[in-house]
Amino acid sequence: MAVRLAGWNDIQWCFSQVKGAVDDDVAEADIISTVEFNHSGELLATGDKGGRVVIFQQEQENKIQSHSRGEYNVYSTFQSHEPEFDYLKSLEIEEKINKIRWLPQKNAAQFLLSTNDKTIKLWKISERDKRPEGYNLKEEDGRYRDPTTVTTLRVPVFRPMDLMVEASPRRIFANAHTYHINSISINSDYETYLSADDLRINLWHLEITDRSFNIVDIKPANMEELTEVITAAEFHPNSCNTFVYSSSKGTIRLCDMRASALCDRHSKLFEEPEDPSNRSFFSEIISSISDVKFSHSGRYMMTRDYLSVKIWDLNMENRPVETYQVHEYLRSKLCSLYENDCIFDKFECCWNGSDSVVMTGSYNNFFRMFDRNTKRDITLEASRENNKPRTVLKPRKVCASGKRKKDEISVDSLDFNKKILHTAWHPKENIIAVATTNNLYIFQDKVN
Amino acid sequence: MLSKGLKRKREEEEKEALEVDAWWLDPGLPAVTQAPPTLASSSLFDLSVLKLHHSLRQSEPDLRHLVLVVNTLRRIQASMAPAVTLPPVPSPPIVPNVADNLLASSDATLSASMASLLEDLSHIEGLSQAPQPLADEGPPGRPVGGTSPNLGALDLLGPATGCLLDDGLEGLFEDIDTSMYDSELWVPASEGLKPAPEDGPGKEGAPELDEAELDYLMDMLVGTQALERPPGPGR
Repeated sequence: MAVRLAGWNDIQWCFSQVKGAVDDDVAEADIISTVEFNHSGELLATGDKGGRVVIFQQEQENKIQSHSRGEYNVYSTFQSHEPEFDYLKSLEIEEKINKIRWLPQKNAAQFLLSTNDKTIKLWKISERDKRPEGYNLKEEDGRYRDPTTVTTLRVPVFRPMDLMVEASPRRIFANAHTYHINSISINSDYETYLSADDLRINLWHLEITDRSFNIVDIKPANMEELTEVITAAEFHPNSCNTFVYSSSKGTIRLCDMRASALCDRHSKLFEEPEDPSNRSFFSEIISSISDVKFSHSGRYMMTRDYLSVKIWDLNMENRPVETYQVHEYLRSKLCSLYENDCIFDKFECCWNGSDSVVMTGSYNNFFRMFDRNTKRDITLEASRENNKPRTVLKPRKVCASGKRKKDEISVDSLDFNKKILHTAWHPKENIIAVATTNNLYIFQDKVN
Repeated sequence: MLSKGLKRKREEEEKEALEVDAWWLDPGLPAVTQAPPTLASSSLFDLSVLKLHHSLRQSEPDLRHLVLVVNTLRRIQASMAPAVTLPPVPSPPIVPNVADNLLASSDATLSASMASLLEDLSHIEGLSQAPQPLADEGPPGRPVGGTSPNLGALDLLGPATGCLLDDGLEGLFEDIDTSMYDSELWVPASEGLKPAPEDGPGKEGAPELDEAELDYLMDMLVGTQALERPPGPGR
C-alpha cells in the first residue's frame, strides 16, 4: 500500500472542499452522524440525522493539472431510513443514520450497510449509462404502440445516456435489536457482519434477513444489576473469527467465535488500571469508550475515551502501548461538562492508511492528529474562514491556564456546541474528511 | 462555556458548581472520595438526580447515559457518608429495571403517571431545598445524617410516597397543594410502610422526602409490572 507519508514535517494539510449549508441556523435533519470512505477511497459516504445518505465520488485525477488530487462531488443521494413508530411500545424510532460500512467491491455495483437505532439495510448503488432503444411494442416515450401498426421488427440496441446513479435497498435486517444499535462491522469473510446494541451483539449473514445469531449478551437477568453497556464493536480485519467490543466502563473484550456459540466469555480483556491521582466522581464517565478501531495491519487497536486516544497491542492486555491526550485541559472542567452533558459526547477516531498517524475530533471544531513514530501532534480547525483551496491550515493551540499567547485560544472561549465527532481518513492517500455539525470538510496534504 | 439542556434552579448553585469544580479536583488535595465537601457532593447529587429524572422521562432512555449517571450517583452517595455501612437492603427494582420496564412496557398509562409523578417530585425537590442554607459554613446547616446513603442500587429514595398513591392516580393530575408535602405529614406514614434501617434520626432533610416517594412508587410499579409481564429472554 503506497502512502505518501514522507515525514511529519512534509505534511501540510490544506483546505480542499466543504459541503453543506452555509448558514448558522442548522436544520436538525442535516446534522451529520457518520462519515466513511469506501475501500478504494474513491467514494465517501455521509449519513445524517434525517436518515439520508449522501455519497461523494472523487473525480479522476487530471494528469496534466497535478496540483491537487481529484475533488469529491455528489455521486448519489438517497433516503436510507424513515422515521418509524413502534406501536407496541409507543415509541418513535429515529431515522438518524448511526453507522455506514462499505462492502468491498466485487462487481460494477457498490454496496454499503447503513443502520439506524433498530434496522440495518444493505444498499446497492449502481450506475446506468446506457439504455435500450428501439422497442417494437413501445414508443420512445413509453407509450404502447398498437400492435396492428407494427409492420417490421427490429432488435433493440443500447445507446449511451447521461449517467444515472441508482440506490436500491437489497436487504433489510430488522427486528433483531431491542436496544439502540451503535455499531456494525463487516467480517473479513465478506459474507457475515455483526451489529451491536447496548446489551447484545448479533451475527448476520448478508444474504439472510430473517435470522441472526446472538453472539454476545450482557443483559443481566435482573436489570437492577445493570452497570455496564456495550459502546462499540468491530471485527478483526484479518481473522474472521475474532472481534472486539468496548464498554462504558472502559474495558475492551476480544472474543473468538470458535470458542463457543455465545461469546460471553472473552478471550482477552483489555483494561488500564485507574490512575489514583486522577480519580474523581467522573472517572467512570470519562473512561467510557466511545469508539474502537483496529489498525489496518490488525496488530493494534485504538480506543477513544473522553479525554484520550489509546493504542493497544493485542498481545498486551494490562495497559495500552501508547496514550495520546486529546484535550487534557478539559479535566478541570469535568463538572461543568457533566452539567451540560458534553461529557457524554461520543468522539470517533481513525487510522491513516499506513497506521502511522491517528486522528480524532474535539470541540470548537478542532481536530487532532498524532504521529505514532515522531510522537508529534497537531491541532487543526475545520472552519469556513480558511476556505481557499490549497490554503495551508494553521496549527491551533489551546491555552489551558496562565497568560494566553497571541493566536492561542483560552479554554473558556471554546465553543462546546461545535464538536467534531466524526472523521475519516482515505485508505491510501492523505485525504481526510472531517464532519462539523452540518458541514463536511475535506482536507488534503499539499502536493508540490 | 455554553450550557444546554438543564435549567439551573438558582444562580448560587451554578456558581458553586463551577467554583468547586477545580477545587476538589486539585491533585494536591486528598483523593476526592475520601473527604469531599458536603457542598460539592450535594450539588452534584442533586444534579445527578435531576439528570436521572430527565433521562427516565424520555420515552426510550439512552441506556448508556442512564447507566453512567446511575453509577456516578452511587459514587457520590457513597462518598457523602463513607463511615456508614448498612446492611444491603433488599431494594425494590431500581431505575434501570424501571427503565427496562418502561422500554418494554405496553402500559402507557403507568409510564405516563410515572413521568408526571417524577415531574411533580422534581418540582417539589426544588421547593423543599429552597430554604436550605447551603452557603453556610459546613455541615451544621443540615442534619448530618440527613443524606444517609441508601446503598441499595438506586435506593436514593428513602421514605415512601404512600399518601400520594392512596389518593388514586386521578390525584396526580390535579394541581398538588404543596402543603401536602410538609415533612410532618410524611414521616409517620413512611415509617409505617417501609421500616428501613437507614432512616436517619427523626426527620430527615428535604431530599429524603422525595426519595421516599420515588422509592415507594417504584416498588408499586415493579410489583404491578411483575404481575403483568412474564420474564423472557427478550430476543
